[in-house]
Amino acid sequence: MEGTILRTENLRVSFGDNLVVKGINMEIGEKKVTAFMGPSGCGKTTILRAINRLHELTPEAKVEGKIFLHTENINEMEAMTVRRRVGMVFQRPNPFPTMSIFENVISGFTLNGIKLKSDEKNHIVEDALKKVALWEEVKDHLKKRATSLSGGQQQRLCLARAVAMKPEVILLDEPTSALDPLSTAKIEDLLYELKGNYTLIIVTHNMQQAARISDMTAFFYLGELLEYDDTKKVFTNPKNEKTQNYITGRFG
Amino acid sequence: MTPYDIQGLKGRRIKDKIFTSMVWLLTFSCLAVVFIILFYIFEKGIGSLNWALFSQNPKPVGETGGGLLNAIVGSLMVVTIGAIIAIPVGVSVGIYLAENRGRKLSDRIALAVDVLQGIPSIVIGIVIYVWIVKPTGKFSSYSGSIALAIMMLPPIIKNTEETLILIPTTLKEASLALGASYFRTTMKVMLPAGIGGIFSGCIIGIARIAGEVAPLLFTAFGNPALNFNILKPVDTIPKVIFTYASSPYDDWHRIAWGGSVILVSFIILLNTIIKIFESRWKVQF
Repeated sequence: MEGTILRTENLRVSFGDNLVVKGINMEIGEKKVTAFMGPSGCGKTTILRAINRLHELTPEAKVEGKIFLHTENINEMEAMTVRRRVGMVFQRPNPFPTMSIFENVISGFTLNGIKLKSDEKNHIVEDALKKVALWEEVKDHLKKRATSLSGGQQQRLCLARAVAMKPEVILLDEPTSALDPLSTAKIEDLLYELKGNYTLIIVTHNMQQAARISDMTAFFYLGELLEYDDTKKVFTNPKNEKTQNYITGRFG
Repeated sequence: MTPYDIQGLKGRRIKDKIFTSMVWLLTFSCLAVVFIILFYIFEKGIGSLNWALFSQNPKPVGETGGGLLNAIVGSLMVVTIGAIIAIPVGVSVGIYLAENRGRKLSDRIALAVDVLQGIPSIVIGIVIYVWIVKPTGKFSSYSGSIALAIMMLPPIIKNTEETLILIPTTLKEASLALGASYFRTTMKVMLPAGIGGIFSGCIIGIARIAGEVAPLLFTAFGNPALNFNILKPVDTIPKVIFTYASSPYDDWHRIAWGGSVILVSFIILLNTIIKIFESRWKVQF
């Protein structure tokens, strides 16, 4: 694929004896939005966490195969470097509760021990918050605790926190599943805006969401990649019967 | 009678009443004991609180007057240095246990901490005597601090562990996902989020040892003079209470009661601090 940023080679992830991801080969396009779809337990989130090397926190998890970021093998890189270049937004908003809104946005820098001048900080915070359309809502109380925000605002803050680090890829693990419809719509609009400037991989259960914002859609089933194509094709003319059944709501 | 009527409702109500009153009665008697003890100590001791108690050293036997200055300074010294030793160690062990749950080593450590909690304080005093006082050849304030530090460890470790376990893993993941190192994640995300619980563990530890005599008998020993040197023996308030209360002199009894008031007030103060900071530093996830 032209402009590939991420490529997996026979990616297998298992927890103990349970093989969850069964040899995935796929390429993710640069500056594209790729949606990962499939019924629960099909390994979408597991793949996402493998890209960010988060499985290392789980002793029984085992990742085999290769993941390339450009040409570098992620599993041979320093985990911290991978995570700095690949940002992640989680299912539930998880701002740092002891930090203010301002501190949360620049936490990627402070937690990495990067010293910034105060005008640089201000600039980064304003820029990131504007990108996630949160600036207008919070600009007058940046010193407030991040947990004082609503769930939807918190999730946008988490996105700002990831965006501030200027990552090459942003992984989104069902970013709207814990939010109400209005906040969900806001996040979707936002992802739509970010499209073209960032490489986004979004795990979602929401079909409209995938159809609306993604360029490419991957359909996973029981740890295997069944279909991976242009979103339009997948939704209008799926090749695989399982995919068709899933999108039409017959199972899943 | 409908099928939904409950049989023997009256009997149940009576049982319920009896149970509720028992709970009330036992709670009340527990509180009453605490208040009676406090009342007694303050009634006996409040009269002996005067400026001399805080500003003078003890007078030789036979002379009246004198105070607890040397013991107050000694207690503060022994407890502060004990806390300085125990807190970093205890918090580190607590972090280790919270981060490595289910591993064999952590199970062993947790067991060791439980055992440590059960070791009589006099035994810890003797062990420190054999380890430090005997080889160095003299009683010293710092050997007392070490004995107390060992006694402080279990509550600090337990509180740190239990607090950190309750912090959602998603928070740790959020920090790691930003590329932060494990060390910074612990120091800047996990510890601040758990600071309330860890802090109260430390205070509980201090409150636990502030009134100890046994481990100090063989270590800090006692010293009728004012001393700021950690290499020399010092008096401590509980030690003085022990000596003075078992003496035949009325004036010494009076000072012992005064010392008890100071000690009890200190413990009440520590517990108040815990309550204040626990609510103020409560972190909402």
